[in-house]
Amino acid sequence: MTKEEALFKYTLRLGDDALIVSQRLSEWCGHGPILEEDIALTNIALDLVGQATVLLEYAAKVEGKDRSADDLAYLRYERDYTNLLLCEQPNGDFGATIVRQFLFSAYQQFMYAALTKSSDEQLAAIAEKSLKEVKYHVKHSAEWVIRLGDGTEESHQRVQASLNDLWRFSQEIFFEDEVNQTLIEAGIITSLEDLRADWEGLVKRVVEEATLTLPETKWQLDGGRKGLHSEHLGYLLAEMQYMQRAYPGMEW
Amino acid sequence: MKEINIEELEKRFQEKIDADIRIEPKDWMPDAYRKTLIRQISQHAHSEIVGMLPEGNWITRAPNLRRKAVLLAKVQDEAGHGLYLYSAAETLGADREETIDDLHSGKAKYSSIFNYPTLTWADMGTIGWLVDGAAIMNQVPLCRCSYGPYARAMVRVCKEESFHQRQGFEIVTKLAQGTPEQKAMAQDSLNRFWWPALMMFGPSDADSQHSEQSMKWKIKRNSNDELRQMFVDVTVPQAELVGLTIPDPDLKWNEEKGSYDFGEINWDEFWQVVSGNGICNKERVEARRKAKENGSWVREAANAYAAKKAQRKAS
Ligand SMILES: [Fe+2]
Ligand SMILES: [Fe+2]
Repeated sequence: MTKEEALFKYTLRLGDDALIVSQRLSEWCGHGPILEEDIALTNIALDLVGQATVLLEYAAKVEGKDRSADDLAYLRYERDYTNLLLCEQPNGDFGATIVRQFLFSAYQQFMYAALTKSSDEQLAAIAEKSLKEVKYHVKHSAEWVIRLGDGTEESHQRVQASLNDLWRFSQEIFFEDEVNQTLIEAGIITSLEDLRADWEGLVKRVVEEATLTLPETKWQLDGGRKGLHSEHLGYLLAEMQYMQRAYPGMEW
Repeated sequence: MKEINIEELEKRFQEKIDADIRIEPKDWMPDAYRKTLIRQISQHAHSEIVGMLPEGNWITRAPNLRRKAVLLAKVQDEAGHGLYLYSAAETLGADREETIDDLHSGKAKYSSIFNYPTLTWADMGTIGWLVDGAAIMNQVPLCRCSYGPYARAMVRVCKEESFHQRQGFEIVTKLAQGTPEQKAMAQDSLNRFWWPALMMFGPSDADSQHSEQSMKWKIKRNSNDELRQMFVDVTVPQAELVGLTIPDPDLKWNEEKGSYDFGEINWDEFWQVVSGNGICNKERVEARRKAKENGSWVREAANAYAAKKAQRKAS
């Protein structure tokens, strides 16, 4: 794998993650549990669609095949999407959305922090800007995990169930393959293993303060990075890509 | 202490209004003034919030990344408008939760335009162009409303609405200049939203219950029919500019009065939709009720956590 191929695939992964989570969060718009939270979730969705846009633009440029960010977002099929399985999981109740967000944003925070030191100036600049946004996402979602975990009996049970349910997707965050190896060797990224201690530390701290228990399950799922998804992604894309599929080649 | 009777207070109140002195929350005001404002502001707040739903319907299907982001931001602005307005109503002693419950029980109304469905992407353009456009027409005079908090909320809101209006018109323009399919989509959308947009200004002056007193109190500055006429006069040339046809065979420039004549509004439809019989009335209220119901455990948890935290701090 050439450095360019790896850089394309890696940037695409980051873009896909942001795009898919953003798409999920935007399903909440108008339906949040309180108005303030409707606004907060939309804010996160907006930040993430912004990140997806710059990442996919850069991926398209690196690829050099005359595709645009929109082409990458709207004209790829399920098997070409390389987001984490965690990102595409349905919103569930507000607690499930918050747990998904916390696990994901905590990963993004450490990943972007490392990426700010990348020798690839473009990626470093994207990471720098995104990091500021993601720090707020982590703070916001962690506060809610704590509030819900240490709130009422019902909220505790609900959010614990969501954590149990989503945990099987959590270790995919650290999935690495030839794409990562190639970029690590080229000095563009660092190994995801280097983030593990920080990520686990943060997750443990928040889960503990929330009076929740980290699930014991060792069995973990992956496949997202290789385009092997859950059944949920197909429907998400069918909805998201509807206009581009129904009216090919038109400008909006 | 000299006792001042109600009539004297009312006289002084009207003098302040006539002198264009703003009424603030702590000032004395007639009960009916307070009630009228609470009704109008909470109705306005509900319209902002229910108004998120028809456009929210297309966020996940927006045709490209830029449109998705712009639409998300727009719908989020409307949530913000709802918040300012609920706060303005609270300054008059209205309880936010009770106000919202009135919406859910059907007691409180909201703008009937939001009971029409958004069937195509073009509706995102038409709504920005016509619905936000009509909202601006209604709200610009409200920036000079006699009640301070409402007037100030409207200043903020109007800035954002005119941004929404331009973005909507930009979507419509893009479609009108696009493929024949896109142009047809824009025309169809205009056909569906034109009359409901005219209905946004409320019943004709002859049938308007609250208008006269509201004008005297300077809550309202223009009559429904005046505002509707202004809207038609600015919007028709915009439609012409992009080559779309207003679906009104009676629409004609009237040289003498210097404005457009237009056809009769279907008031039966208007009253039917206002009273709950539009195609989306049930879904809109249901969506808001469900949001509240599904969020109750979240709000309870937040309260319980806040109480625990306060207790821990105290001990
Ligand atoms: Fe608004
Ligand atoms: Fe608006």
